[in-house]
Amino acid sequence: MPSENLVEIQELNFTYDVRPVLQGINMHFPRGKVVAIMGLSGCGKTTLLRLIGGQLKPSSGQVQVAGQTIHTLDREGLFRMRRRMGMLFQFGALYTDMSVFDNVAFQMREHTDLPESLIRDLVLLKLEAVGLRGAHNLMPTELSGGMARRVALARAIALDPMLMLYDEPFAGLDTISLGVIGNLIRHLNDALGATSIVVTHDVQESLKIVDYIYFMSEGRVIAEGTPDELRAADTGFVHQFVHGEIDGPMPFHYPGAGYAEDLALDVAHA
Amino acid sequence: MLERAITGIRGTGHRVVNGVWRLGYASRFFLAVLLHSSMSFRRFHLTIKEIYFSGVLSLIIILVSGLFVGMVLGLQGYETLQKYGSESALGTLVALSLVRELGPVLAALLFASRAGSAITAEIGLMKATEQISAMEMMAVDPIARVVAPRFWAGVISMPLLAAMFSATGVFGGYLIGVVLIGVDEGQFWSQMQAAVDFRQDVMNGVIKSCVFGVAITAIALFEGYDAPPTAEGVSHATTRTVVTSALAVLALDFILTAFMFRGL
Repeated sequence: MPSENLVEIQELNFTYDVRPVLQGINMHFPRGKVVAIMGLSGCGKTTLLRLIGGQLKPSSGQVQVAGQTIHTLDREGLFRMRRRMGMLFQFGALYTDMSVFDNVAFQMREHTDLPESLIRDLVLLKLEAVGLRGAHNLMPTELSGGMARRVALARAIALDPMLMLYDEPFAGLDTISLGVIGNLIRHLNDALGATSIVVTHDVQESLKIVDYIYFMSEGRVIAEGTPDELRAADTGFVHQFVHGEIDGPMPFHYPGAGYAEDLALDVAHA
Repeated sequence: MLERAITGIRGTGHRVVNGVWRLGYASRFFLAVLLHSSMSFRRFHLTIKEIYFSGVLSLIIILVSGLFVGMVLGLQGYETLQKYGSESALGTLVALSLVRELGPVLAALLFASRAGSAITAEIGLMKATEQISAMEMMAVDPIARVVAPRFWAGVISMPLLAAMFSATGVFGGYLIGVVLIGVDEGQFWSQMQAAVDFRQDVMNGVIKSCVFGVAITAIALFEGYDAPPTAEGVSHATTRTVVTSALAVLALDFILTAFMFRGL
């Protein structure tokens, strides 16, 4: 019987050279749920996503997807696993030398022997799901940021993945596109019966669509809970982050020497 | 004083280690390209598409340059040969210069600046915009799908471009020598035909251009794949492609010439 959790992360540590990026991470992502990983820029969210996708190997600990430990898979095993994953990159990462249609058809042509007529129907279905069937002939350079993100989403779900990874899906979008992408993430997850992991620092949009949230700071999980629990948090980092307050446990100023010392005021007034 | 010397030695050591590491990385990259080349031939349309971008779109610069180089050879060659009363050997001079040396070398230098730089910039930008990562996440090997077809396209295009460069060059020499100056047309062609040996001259030129094609395309692909994913990184990588390819072509030309034409 398959585990209730599609993805499980246990005692995960990751170090770039000698700098620790992730320390002692434990997380689980139940099947069929949309889970967000939030935190400030540079807190290790995207690194974590790359570890789940097998693009990086952990220094210690493990990431299990569908019962398989990702970093122990050989290249062929990893590629087999990735065929069951979809990933939406921060700015879409569409292939600029291909049309919208060809971008969405890319994985189908690479991994299946489907006839071109069937691929055409499937691509139009996927594009219809993101509201861009009429744009299938356009090139990526002709799309707005929000449209590009939706095409990338259609491409990511081309093979009906069991796991969707979203890397900052809301970054740089206007409010309407933001709502559209948010709704698509939720509805596509439910329609596909998939599990979604959303790495983001867009609090308000995420709280509307996710089932559970992990908060990270400086490479550690510092809080977790449902959207309601986190909205209700009235102290500490979570409160500061959720309400966008400038000062709090996370200081506004990067640590450094004293201001007066840097401006050499003591010397100037000596 | 001692501290500066130690720092200097350390810096030199660091540069040497980095250089050796990079060379090793480049060799592994090249080996990976060769090992993942089967898709380039199984799905030959991928390679054909790249031949269009690398080869066909380089045709204009190759043909125009070849024509002018041939015309200059015609003018300079006639000027020198007439001093010895050997104007009739103009065809031989133009053809041998082009087929043995100028054709492969100049076409390679032009190919490096036109197609090599474009390949580096394209791969570098694909990396910077996460297109390469996206491909890996879709379980598609970017070396097999993106790099290898471009490599074989470059290797196939280069000798064809060099041949066209030489052919237009000979035509340029003909225009100046025969049409403009009035060298006897029969002598121009017959002496050329008698003096240019297919195996010794033409084939050696083709071998040279194949080697240049391998070197330029491998350098361009490696620099693009290894470029830091920033605007500055891609810009530096593109510059390095042109400079390294040009030096590699000239050095390889010397080595190949020494082996091919020694004792002649």
